[in-house]
Amino acid sequence: MTWSWDFAVEIFPVIASALWLVLAVTFGAYLVAVVFGLVLTFLRRTKYKLITYITNGFIEFVRSTPPLIQLFFVYFALPTVGISLDKYTAGILTLGIHYSTYLAEVYRSGIDAVPIGQWEAAKAMNFSKVQTWFRVILPQAIPPVIPMMGNYLIVLFKETPLLMAIGVHEFLQEAKLIGAAHFKYLEAYTIVGLLFLLLSYPSALLINYLEKRSKMKKVRG
Amino acid sequence: MGVIEKELYTIDPVKETTETLVHYVNVSKSYGDVRVLKNLNLEVKKGEKLGLIGPSGSGKTTIIRMLMTLEKPTSGFIKFEDEYLWHKENKKGQLVEADEKHLRKMRTNIGMVFQHFNLFPHMTILRNVMEAPVRVLGLPKEEAKERSVEMLTKVGLRDHLDKYPEQLSGGQKQRVAIARAVVMQPKVMLFDEVTSALDPELVGEVLEVIRELANETDMAMILVTHEMDFAKEISDRIVFLHDGKIEEEGTPNEIFENPRSLRLQNFLKRFLRQ
Repeated sequence: MTWSWDFAVEIFPVIASALWLVLAVTFGAYLVAVVFGLVLTFLRRTKYKLITYITNGFIEFVRSTPPLIQLFFVYFALPTVGISLDKYTAGILTLGIHYSTYLAEVYRSGIDAVPIGQWEAAKAMNFSKVQTWFRVILPQAIPPVIPMMGNYLIVLFKETPLLMAIGVHEFLQEAKLIGAAHFKYLEAYTIVGLLFLLLSYPSALLINYLEKRSKMKKVRG
Repeated sequence: MGVIEKELYTIDPVKETTETLVHYVNVSKSYGDVRVLKNLNLEVKKGEKLGLIGPSGSGKTTIIRMLMTLEKPTSGFIKFEDEYLWHKENKKGQLVEADEKHLRKMRTNIGMVFQHFNLFPHMTILRNVMEAPVRVLGLPKEEAKERSVEMLTKVGLRDHLDKYPEQLSGGQKQRVAIARAVVMQPKVMLFDEVTSALDPELVGEVLEVIRELANETDMAMILVTHEMDFAKEISDRIVFLHDGKIEEEGTPNEIFENPRSLRLQNFLKRFLRQ
C-alpha cells in the first residue's frame, strides 16, 4: 500500500470536521476538571476526618483505574442503576472527573507553596474561610501552577480518542470509518496524528512560554 | 473537648476590674511534650501599653498568638472583656469550646502586626489596607478607601498607594502592615517582634510610627520586642518572661533600673553588652 496524496486531501476535511467536537469535549471536560478538582481540594481539607478519608479514597480510586474502564462503567453500567447519560455527557464527565483528581494534586502543590504567614494574616484581618480562600490563598496559589494546569489540558486533549469507545465521532472514529470504507488506513491515521500534533505542539510551546514568564517573575519578585 | 463546670472557670486568681481588657487565667500551652507556657496569669488593662520581653523560647510570642487565635491554649482561659476568647457559654450556662462564629466575633477586637509583615503580595498597598474594611466590616468602598488612604498617609506612604509590596523596603512594608491592622480599629494591637526582620537603618521609621500610635490612640498594645530602649520608652508596664513563666513585672523603671531577679539582671546585661 502506498501513500496517496489525492486520497489524503480528499479525506482531510472529513476527519478535520470533528475538530469542533473534539475541542468542545476537551474544554468541556477540562472545565469539569478545573472546577471539580477545586471541590476535591476543599473536601480534602475539611476538618471532618471522614470527608477527608472518603475524598482521598475517591481520588486514589479514580487515579488508579484506567479512564477507559471508567468510561465504560459510566456509559454502560450506570444505566442499569437508573443513571442514563448521553455519550457526550458521559464522556465529558468521565474525562473531567478523571482529570480533576490530577488537578486536585496540582492545586495542592500550589496551595502548599503559599507561606503560612498568609493564612495567619488573613485570620488576623478576620477574613471568613471563603474570603481567605478566594481573596488571599488561591490568587497566590494558582498563578505558579498555571503551566502545570496547561500540561493537563494537553494530556486531556490527547485522551479524547478514548471516547470512540462509546461512539463519539472524534478524529479517530472518523478515520477508522474512512479507513474501513476504503481499506486505506495509512492516510486516515496519519492525518489523525497530524491533527493532534498541530494542536498539541503550539499549545505546548505556549505553556513553555508561560512557564518561563512565571519563573522570570519569581526572579524579579 | 467537653463542657467545663461553672465553678471551675469562675474562680479568677486575679481580681478583675472594669478596666480589664484581656485576662489570661491559668493559661498553659504545650507543643507535644514541650511546655512553652506554664500557668500564665496576666491582665491587660484597657488602653494599656504592655511590653513583653525575655529570651527567645520564653513564650512571649505564644502569648500574643493565642490572643490573635492563631494558637489554641492547651489549658486555661483567656477572657476578653466579658467574654471568653476560646470558649463560649452554651444555653445551660456551661462553658464549651468556641466555634468559628464566636472566634470571628472576638477577632474584631484584636489586630496584629507580624515579624515578617505578611502583606498580601498580589494586592496593591491600598488594597492590602482596604480589603478587610470592605470585606469584613462591610464598609462602603468609598468610605473604606478614605479611611485607608488616611491611615497610609499617617504612616507616610501616601505616595505608594498603587505599588505592590515587593516594590517597598522592609520598613515601608511594616508600616503598611501597621496601617492595615489599625484601620480595623481594634481594641488591642499586638506587635510580634516587628523590627526583628528589618535592616538596622529601617528600624527607626517603624518604631516612630508605633510611638505615634501609642501616643495618640487609646488602643491597648502588647509589644513583643527585643528593642529594650523602645520597650522602656513606650510601655506602661513590662513583663519579663523566662521559660514559660512570668519572672518579673513592673514599670519600665522598676524593670530596667531596678531588676530584682538574677535572671532579669543577666538578661539585661546581655542586651546592654550587644
